[in-house]
Amino acid sequence: MIIKGLLPMSIEHRDDTGARFGMWLFLYTEVILFSGLFILYSVGLAKFPQQFAEASHKLNIYFGTINTLVLLTSSLTIALAITAIQKNKIKLTLNLCFVTIFLAIVFLINKYFEWSAEIGHGIYPGSEHLAEMGPGITAFFNLYYFTAGLHGFHILIGGTLIAVVATLIAKGKVTSDRYTLLENSALYWHLVDLVWIFLFPLYYLIL
Amino acid sequence: MTNEPLKYTGFYSESPRPGILGWLLSTDHKRIGIMYLVCIVTMFLVAMCLGLALRLELIAPGPTIMGPQTYNATFTVHGIIMIFLFIIPSIPAAFGNLVLPIQIGARDVSFPKLNLLSWYCYIIGGILAVISIFAGGGAPDTGWTFYVPFSTQTTTNVNLAVTGALMLGFSSMLTGINFVTTIHRLRAEGMGWGRLPMFVWTLYSTAWIQILATPMLGITLILIVLERVFGAGLFDAARGGDPILYQHLFWIYSHPAVYIMILPGMGVISEIIPTFSRKPLFGYWAMAFSSLAIAFAGSLVWAHHMYASGMSDFAILVFSFLTFIVAIPSAIKVFNWVSTLYKGSIQLAPPMLHALAFIFNFAIGGLGGLALGAAASDIHLHDTTFVVGHFHYTMFGGTGFAFFAALHYWLPKFTGRMYNHKIAVISWGLVFVGFNVTYMAMQAVGVQGMPRRYYDYLPEFMPLNVVSTVGSWVLAIGLVMMFVNLWNGIRRGHPVGKNPWGSATLEWTIPSPPPMENFGEEDPIVTKGPYDYKGVVADEY
Amino acid sequence: MTEHKHEPVPFRTFILIWFALLVLTVVTVAVSRVHLGAWNIWVALTIASIKSSLVVFIFMHLRQESKLFKIGLLTLLIIVAIFIGLTFTDVLYR
Repeated sequence: MIIKGLLPMSIEHRDDTGARFGMWLFLYTEVILFSGLFILYSVGLAKFPQQFAEASHKLNIYFGTINTLVLLTSSLTIALAITAIQKNKIKLTLNLCFVTIFLAIVFLINKYFEWSAEIGHGIYPGSEHLAEMGPGITAFFNLYYFTAGLHGFHILIGGTLIAVVATLIAKGKVTSDRYTLLENSALYWHLVDLVWIFLFPLYYLIL
Repeated sequence: MTNEPLKYTGFYSESPRPGILGWLLSTDHKRIGIMYLVCIVTMFLVAMCLGLALRLELIAPGPTIMGPQTYNATFTVHGIIMIFLFIIPSIPAAFGNLVLPIQIGARDVSFPKLNLLSWYCYIIGGILAVISIFAGGGAPDTGWTFYVPFSTQTTTNVNLAVTGALMLGFSSMLTGINFVTTIHRLRAEGMGWGRLPMFVWTLYSTAWIQILATPMLGITLILIVLERVFGAGLFDAARGGDPILYQHLFWIYSHPAVYIMILPGMGVISEIIPTFSRKPLFGYWAMAFSSLAIAFAGSLVWAHHMYASGMSDFAILVFSFLTFIVAIPSAIKVFNWVSTLYKGSIQLAPPMLHALAFIFNFAIGGLGGLALGAAASDIHLHDTTFVVGHFHYTMFGGTGFAFFAALHYWLPKFTGRMYNHKIAVISWGLVFVGFNVTYMAMQAVGVQGMPRRYYDYLPEFMPLNVVSTVGSWVLAIGLVMMFVNLWNGIRRGHPVGKNPWGSATLEWTIPSPPPMENFGEEDPIVTKGPYDYKGVVADEY
Repeated sequence: MTEHKHEPVPFRTFILIWFALLVLTVVTVAVSRVHLGAWNIWVALTIASIKSSLVVFIFMHLRQESKLFKIGLLTLLIIVAIFIGLTFTDVLYR
């Protein structure tokens, strides 16, 4: 792509549908990545139903619910951003991107407080306090930390992606005619939301 | 001896950047393919030396050239390099990149930059794997499977090796995404699904496995690292974990991975057999769908690696049954190759010899697989060298020979030079004989009960082990001869024309080596099938 | 390659879907406080599936994409189901 003079044809070639399809394929790989953890979770739940419910009650449902609402809203704003750029409302698109990034940060801050509280109670992977609570609860919290941690890492990546695209929009490199980058970042962001849609009831809401 | 040096023709000369940067920053699929090829062959030679050392150690009972810890590390590194750095990327990444876009009449893959990125992932993974041998707590000694609990407890350099494998998985996955998108979006006009060369069909099936199975390896390896860092007890039964679940997660990827390894090889064979029989491939659609069927069935059978793990009897029953299903599409392929040969005008050129050896070896490996797939006989054979022999029959006898076939078939296209046929045939004979002696003896001694992964054994196993080790020397001589011959061919061989073999697929309609643009300014319009040899004439060379 | 562009989805649609998602979140939290035994997990998963299909089809524009995208997603779901299902042939009968 760098090669302007020599390969004129390869510059001209443009396949937005192909790019989106490629992004979807990448999202499949992300789903499988998380499904490994969900396999571990489902086996744990089948083995220790009582302990999982007990452990679930130790999680703060308010943090969980608020974060769910935050993520759903951020999903909305980035979806709206696509309609906005299609209608060539660049200013609005940029603002919607900023709101999305802001919500991502809110999510992470929430997560920080939530985890600090739990770690303060001596609940973290490998802790002795956790080991004393028995195998079922240990298994639950190990999975909770690793799944939510991996999810948080994805939030970080997704937020960064949107920030990069926002810069490109501001520079006029992503336009109402050429916005695949924004679409693909939005797809990624929705995936992060999708994972949370399952993560939330499975970890916070079992009874 | 002849003509101007190689680098002045085709895509070797047309680069926007001079020198080494023209390669390292190139997004051209042919250049990336060549870079893969160089790395992959290098890795193969390194791991081959380790394999020879292992065989030499086993020539007699007791420590011969190494002690137990070194032996453990050697077979682990041999496995990691051969699996993750050689077989998995061998045909898809190297020849897939070189050939796939041209075979479907495209200028490049869908995402050229991503393609380069996946090469860098491969290189970083390779470097990490190599560093893990020398740095820190010593080379990993877990076996390439990284089974817990040992892998979470050993003090050797597992973290680095696992991170390396993770990068390699990422590379493989990105290649898969690229190929699926390319095959869907970039076929030339007239290149319908019924006109795809079989190599493309197998790459397509492989790419889907790369997408849908590789992330499972990713999460498994991530969990090993997390476990080693936090000591959380994710796979520790005392802390609510389950060590067998690790094996499930690992094989959910690693069984489909053996189809990532073998399917493209089958594709290569399906290109070569019709070309050198001068006959269309027998049962085109059966071959195409059996590729997809193998890819799908391959994701159903992972736990047949775990019959002796303490898994439930019900699961053993289910997985044993499902395992036999995979035999059906594999057999379809073998029968169709044989039917293609039937009454063909067979020409025993070097690629064809390797392809025929593939069918022979793969049939033996496949039948051995049935013995291992049946739970009853597997309990007896599990963790014996029979398993090692079987694995090498399918992976080396299968994919390895397909890789050599591909080298002999496509290198003249991509270098524009022909190697010496006489030496190629002799080296093929040595490799074929050496291979069969080495691994048949290994299988036989395994049936007698010799366990695998031990540096030492009981004296009664010695005769067959000596046979196997001697076989490995013949094999090594053959391989060295083959690579030297190919190298000499690249440096000093006769120039070849567009189509030295008389093949009918698209890559043989453009110059050798191909120009940067593949087909020039105009995109090709495809008007006939990949195995329609009417009017196709082989160039003299 | 012919390039067909998606029609912009109206802002209103997205906002309605968002509202539905919020309602479903409230429902799933509310239901989880009622003891239904083993059913709790299935109710939670059903609601999560409904929510995610709303996100996938509307927010992610899958509704507007070609068949290929939908077949791909279906393949993915089948594979995930196989991975989980076949693992349970071991876990449940051990």
